[in-house]
Amino acid sequence: MTRRLLLLLPLAGFLVLSLFLYQGLSLNPFHRDSALMARDFPAFDLATLEDPERRVDRSLLATGELTLVNVWGEWCPECKREMPQLLDLSDRGIRMVGISWKDTREKGLGFLEEFGNPFEVNIFDPDNELGFELGVFGAPETFLVDREGIIRYHHTGYISPGDVREHILPEVEKWQ
Amino acid sequence: MAVIRWMLTGLALLLVAGNLQAGAIEVREFDDPVMEQRYRSLTASLRCPTCENQAINDSDAPVSGDMRDRVYLLLNEGVSDMEIRDHMVERFGDYVLYNPRLEGRTYLLWGLPAGLVVLGALLVVLVVRARRNASARRLTDEERARLEALINRGRTE
Repeated sequence: MTRRLLLLLPLAGFLVLSLFLYQGLSLNPFHRDSALMARDFPAFDLATLEDPERRVDRSLLATGELTLVNVWGEWCPECKREMPQLLDLSDRGIRMVGISWKDTREKGLGFLEEFGNPFEVNIFDPDNELGFELGVFGAPETFLVDREGIIRYHHTGYISPGDVREHILPEVEKWQ
Repeated sequence: MAVIRWMLTGLALLLVAGNLQAGAIEVREFDDPVMEQRYRSLTASLRCPTCENQAINDSDAPVSGDMRDRVYLLLNEGVSDMEIRDHMVERFGDYVLYNPRLEGRTYLLWGLPAGLVVLGALLVVLVVRARRNASARRLTDEERARLEALINRGRTE
């Protein structure tokens, strides 16, 4: 009898594997972790959107203050939709830095004029220099950088009001 | 006649549009055929981060274009294929590799198919052996007598 049960072993193995693979079908490949998680914010040397004369580098993100870094572009509709949430986060006293990504200065400034500016400063990255180092593959993307300048959380895509409550605020709390 | 002409015009337009789209991926000139081969195989083995299942040599997503530029730049700087792949993984994650690297986390992934083949072969050998042994066993005297009795019973009746 036990020998007979042994014959069911391959079937059981097959079922376990199927279950594992089936579950993989429902995973969203865009919700993968950033390769930069728990690593230093990459080095860069770029002008700001607001003032072409002002250069900023990594030290902007290691000020001893927790910072949310948001990658946006005027050409990106989701970025416009998430602006109210970013303004809300800024109103809660969270330091925000923007990266004006693959955009012209004129359009970037126009965007902030129209949709509001929650950012302390915006890094101007028209040629995807910093974006490439961050592994950005589409705007909007948001990184949480801790007091020492280490990336602690990464959000790809649109931030909904629900995301603010369920993901962003708890992460900010955790790394504060 | 007019209908056919319209259809042909439509077809021609489609072909032109197709060519235009293909033109979104730049053509690169190489002096060195080895370098060209390396560029081709690298861009074919890196996966576009935004398009689920397209290599960067086949995708017109902006990020794929930027990655091709970087591959080209690094090749010209004399960087090795392995280092170029690592360069991309450091920024975009393991997701961009169609062939995951062999490391602690991926031993199971790479080893499982080979392991299952070996296990299967082992099972076949064991089963065949067990069967052979079972059939090759000689009958005991008692069994032989019983067999005789069964055969003879049919004859005497």
